[in-house]
Amino acid sequence: MKTQEQMNIVIVGHVDHGKSTVVGRLLADTDSLPKGKLQQIRDLCERTSKPFEYAFLLDALKDEQAQGITIDAARVFFKSSKRHYIIIDAPGHIEFLKNMITGASRAEAALLVIDAHEGVQENSRRHGYMLSMLGIRKVAVLINKMDLVDYSQEVFDRIRTEYGEFLSGIDLQPEVYIPVSGFHGDNVAAAGAKTPWYKGPTVLGALDGFSLPQRDENLPFRMPVQDVYKFTRFGDSRRIVSGTIGSGTLKVGDKVVFYPSGKSTVVNSLETFPAPEDGGGPAPEVEVAGNAVGFTLAEQLYITRGDLACRADQTPPKVSTRLKVSLFWLARQPMSMGKEYLVRIGTAKVKARLEKILRLIDASSLVASESPQAVGRHDVAECILHCDQPLAFDLSTENADTGRFVVIDNFEISGGGIVQEALQDEQSWVRDKVLVRNIKWEKSAIAREQRAEHYSQKSALVIVTGPVDSRKKEIAKAFEFHLFTQGRFTYYLGIGSLLYGVDADIKTLESDSRQEHRQEHLRRFAEVAHLFLDAGMILVATAADLNLEDLEIVRTVLQKHPVLVVWAGNQPSTDVPIDARIHGEESLDEAVSRIKAELQESGIIFRG
Amino acid sequence: MKKTAPAEFAHLKRLENISIHILREAYASFKNLGMLWSIGKDSTVLLWLARKAFYGHVPFPLVHIDTHYKIAEMIEYRDRLTREWGLTMVVGENAEAIEKKETFPDGNCDRITCCRNLKTNALKHTLDGSWPRQRFNHELGRYERDRNIEPYTGVIAGVRADEEGSRSKERYFSPRNRSANWDIGDQPPEFWSYYKTDFAPGTHVRIHPLLDWTELNIWEYIRQEDIPTVSLYYDQGEGKRYRSLGCWPCTTPIESTSRTVDEIIHELKSGQLSNIAERSGRAQDKDDGGGLETLRRDGYM
Ligand SMILES: Nc1nc2c(ncn2[C@@H]2O[C@H](COP(=O)(O)OP(=O)(O)O)[C@@H](O)[C@H]2O)c(=O)[nH]1
Repeated sequence: MKTQEQMNIVIVGHVDHGKSTVVGRLLADTDSLPKGKLQQIRDLCERTSKPFEYAFLLDALKDEQAQGITIDAARVFFKSSKRHYIIIDAPGHIEFLKNMITGASRAEAALLVIDAHEGVQENSRRHGYMLSMLGIRKVAVLINKMDLVDYSQEVFDRIRTEYGEFLSGIDLQPEVYIPVSGFHGDNVAAAGAKTPWYKGPTVLGALDGFSLPQRDENLPFRMPVQDVYKFTRFGDSRRIVSGTIGSGTLKVGDKVVFYPSGKSTVVNSLETFPAPEDGGGPAPEVEVAGNAVGFTLAEQLYITRGDLACRADQTPPKVSTRLKVSLFWLARQPMSMGKEYLVRIGTAKVKARLEKILRLIDASSLVASESPQAVGRHDVAECILHCDQPLAFDLSTENADTGRFVVIDNFEISGGGIVQEALQDEQSWVRDKVLVRNIKWEKSAIAREQRAEHYSQKSALVIVTGPVDSRKKEIAKAFEFHLFTQGRFTYYLGIGSLLYGVDADIKTLESDSRQEHRQEHLRRFAEVAHLFLDAGMILVATAADLNLEDLEIVRTVLQKHPVLVVWAGNQPSTDVPIDARIHGEESLDEAVSRIKAELQESGIIFRG
Repeated sequence: MKKTAPAEFAHLKRLENISIHILREAYASFKNLGMLWSIGKDSTVLLWLARKAFYGHVPFPLVHIDTHYKIAEMIEYRDRLTREWGLTMVVGENAEAIEKKETFPDGNCDRITCCRNLKTNALKHTLDGSWPRQRFNHELGRYERDRNIEPYTGVIAGVRADEEGSRSKERYFSPRNRSANWDIGDQPPEFWSYYKTDFAPGTHVRIHPLLDWTELNIWEYIRQEDIPTVSLYYDQGEGKRYRSLGCWPCTTPIESTSRTVDEIIHELKSGQLSNIAERSGRAQDKDDGGGLETLRRDGYM
């Protein structure tokens, strides 16, 4: 039996340049049409006195034929002597760009059609640009309707030079340019007699000549975590980290690091179904890029969907909240500064804003526009995205798969792009230390969930803040006491208590330098808090006038541990989001029960 | 025993990887997820893929619409696998239409109306929870009224692009609005491995992990994985077999002497069937002008 290789291809180009005709011709000439179908359409055209078009053949939908254009990414199947092909027919009308991108992103190779008579048009360039952004490298440019220019080599050469220059500006090198007549079939499946000057392959020959792009197993291992499964039915006790490997390889015994946290351990097993003991084949020695896999870990880590699994012995990914990117926008509503969006990269999903538009490029002409304020529909832009949580990723030049993202607006995928640079943010100095801390951390044999179960609580940090003269310490201590009498595992810590021990080396009495060391002081406080939380405690702390910048440092150190902020005092004078607010007139009992309700609401302790 | 020759079946591995990835994305994104299981070869392959994706567990209910005109062996097979694989099985039906005999076999309506009554409407109301659902109780070994009446917001279905015209326009994740309508002209973009997993309240999403599979791929995979299938797909000595399964009054077998999976694969590869539509034995397709478009817009699978 022959191998059944399969390749997805997309066909793009300006409207009416002949995409449907080329596809129809490919089908007809490879004997891929249902019996009598071609004749049926020809008859129909005759009956309705319309000239025959290959486009009619492809329009499987009734109302689509009424409109006369292919309106969505349809698939067409055919095969050559070498392999099976799926053509994802992309329409050329500008408002259908999102369909073209949908089609093109599934494709391994592209045919780009240019009308010899009309020459290079706006969408010839725009689609070329999109292919380059989408990372499609196997491209054949078809200079179509050669019959309309008397199969002139001169016309062919002129278009080839003009378009070639444009493409080299966006780093796209087509494998071949082919003079064709879709309508008459020259150089589609069979060499055309009318182009004796052309010595290259036919369209079918060019397709067969493309090699399937291989997922790069030599790149560092990357796997966005889709989920951690723990299905207890049928007595199953496995905890399986699952996902699809984007690049690289993984085997039992590899040390894996999960980003952005930096938590790490060793791979214990590669899971399969049916399991070897249930009659399945043996588990693979190694899992490779492209595979949907699952593995268990030697130690229990708190990992969630959105983490990026990497290998400790390979180049680490970038981690930041600020990304310099190149993106394209598809939604009617422009992408605007200051508005909140969701960015998905791998399986992570975080809130993000446009911090700055560096340059707006008209995709079809590559002209950059000055001081832009928004990215409009079908625009391409270079910009800076600022996310509200750190993301793990690679630069697209280093790893295409982990270097691209989409932007969600109003529940819809509205844009997409590639990462060009990881920029520093205010938290980088803290995060770098936390990453190293996590990688080096000697883990206990007790998992976080086990502690939570043992103490009947999740660990959390409750920070009571407020003006210097507020009742914050009184409230915090009363709350600690209440939790304690309820049998909870808890501790009170005033942030100032650290100054003379943990902070002895940076503590000075001069107020100037105290301010200077404030950030380091907060980082150390957060590291101490991290120990308490790791031990499973509810830590109740007080800090005067906590602001958002302070809180960000604390959050960066504590990572996924919950932090609740309580404000003591009447008018909050802080930019920190507050979870509970205790007024001056409220009794301590009232304050305690309100903070407690907040903890219950967050699932840290149960009701009752 | 598995008959996997790695290089030969690399394309099946590729299809399997994408389908599993999609199933896992669906499971991570939708709280109320259900998977349609028609008992046919495609949705059974899908069920097998779910067991692979979740390592022997199927962490969401399977939904079957019982038209009361399914071939008896299909129902036996459904309940056998439900027990053996520990599946959460939910069955829905249009009890009223069946009682009032508003069906084609009863002679009271045409095929299209019958499909709409027994399948489309039953499916719609079973999915949104407005009609009773029966759930298999594994302890008692029988079906009982399902207490869960929440609507499914994510519905996994085994449609393939090569089956017939309108399905080839689908997305892996395809949103439906409140009235289950499908806006074919304005579908969300879907690129790289990013799908529409965010959705507005009141809408739901159809998920199609098998979109890229062909009929041949399905059979090759059934052979590779040794997936149990109903005997109706194979010739029992009369020179006939079913290629696509449905209700007995509207489904006819094709002429074929294929008795085994291997013979079906051979038959498909030989091109003997290449000019005959896969669903040619399904009479309702012809009555809908060949495209199934009318039925599909209403939510037919
Ligand atoms: N003369 C000539 N006309 C062509 C050729 N290819 C396509 N056309 C015509 O150009 C028009 C647009 O072609 P079509 O394939 O529908 O373009 P699409 O919009 O890119 O799919 C139709 O009227 C075709 O018949 C060709 O090679 N020669």
